[in-house]
Amino acid sequence: MIRSTIELVPTEKDRRIARHAAAAIVLTVAEAAIPLPLPGVKPGLANIVTLIVLARWGWREAVWVALLRVLAGSLLLGQFLAPGFFLSVSGALASLLVLGLAMHLPARWFGPVSHSILAAFAHIGAQLVVARLWLVPHDGVFYLTPVFALAAVVFGLVNGLVAARLLEELRAGERAARATTDSSSER
Amino acid sequence: MKRALAWRSLLRPGDVGVVVGGVALCVHSLLSLWQGGRPDTAIVRAGGKVVAELELSAPRVLDVPGPLGTTRIEVEPGRARVASDPGPRQYCVRQGWLTQAGAVAICAPNEVSLSLSGRGADYDSLNY
Repeated sequence: MIRSTIELVPTEKDRRIARHAAAAIVLTVAEAAIPLPLPGVKPGLANIVTLIVLARWGWREAVWVALLRVLAGSLLLGQFLAPGFFLSVSGALASLLVLGLAMHLPARWFGPVSHSILAAFAHIGAQLVVARLWLVPHDGVFYLTPVFALAAVVFGLVNGLVAARLLEELRAGERAARATTDSSSER
Repeated sequence: MKRALAWRSLLRPGDVGVVVGGVALCVHSLLSLWQGGRPDTAIVRAGGKVVAELELSAPRVLDVPGPLGTTRIEVEPGRARVASDPGPRQYCVRQGWLTQAGAVAICAPNEVSLSLSGRGADYDSLNY
């Protein structure tokens, strides 16, 4: 067998991104099984992963995870390049932009819940604009704004709380791990 | 109870503000976008021509001449009606107050019609 001349060595960061993206993709696929009354109103559970990555590893990795999730999730669900895919991409890009700004808010006052809700609003905003410009060229789409806004608040709050909780537990776990290694090295 | 407190500890002061702001945005969009059907002007036609466009903000009475006599249009804040008409069957009078954008009262014998218009009318026309 001829050995490949190109060696791609995944770094620790690559593996981390892949792990988080995999978790987000699982949530996307699982969420697709939940029946929902209105197309477009989704809990967006995968965004919990994005929020955690944002808080722990920064914006760039969050962008990678979110966009990989949208791409792979759409491939798995057969939505790739369908209208829903472009809505997802535009929503993801807008919410990532807002997350990039929101993460610089004072952390004492604004936590994952704020990030989550702001990103959810950016998401629906971008989706409505894309839908209005391209899919439904009529102002009638804006009649759905209150429904989407309510969904953004509710699911943004829930996702943000879950992300905050998981972050706390991850931190507690790390602290415990560090404590045990410290005490064992002292001995 | 302990659980609820644990969840609440995850909310920082600004988060509460963001939630409140989000809810306010919901209510605002609901009120501003789902008010189709609230009329803002009454359009009065005689013989097919618009004779008056009345704002539905202040009460007003308008007499419109037609072939049979005078049709009296009455406007109040948010609604309008044909108060009296010389027509034989009085359909437009018996329709009473019109409150929806797009609603029309037609006094055919006297060739007068009253229609309400507003942003985002619910109906193109109404049948009775």
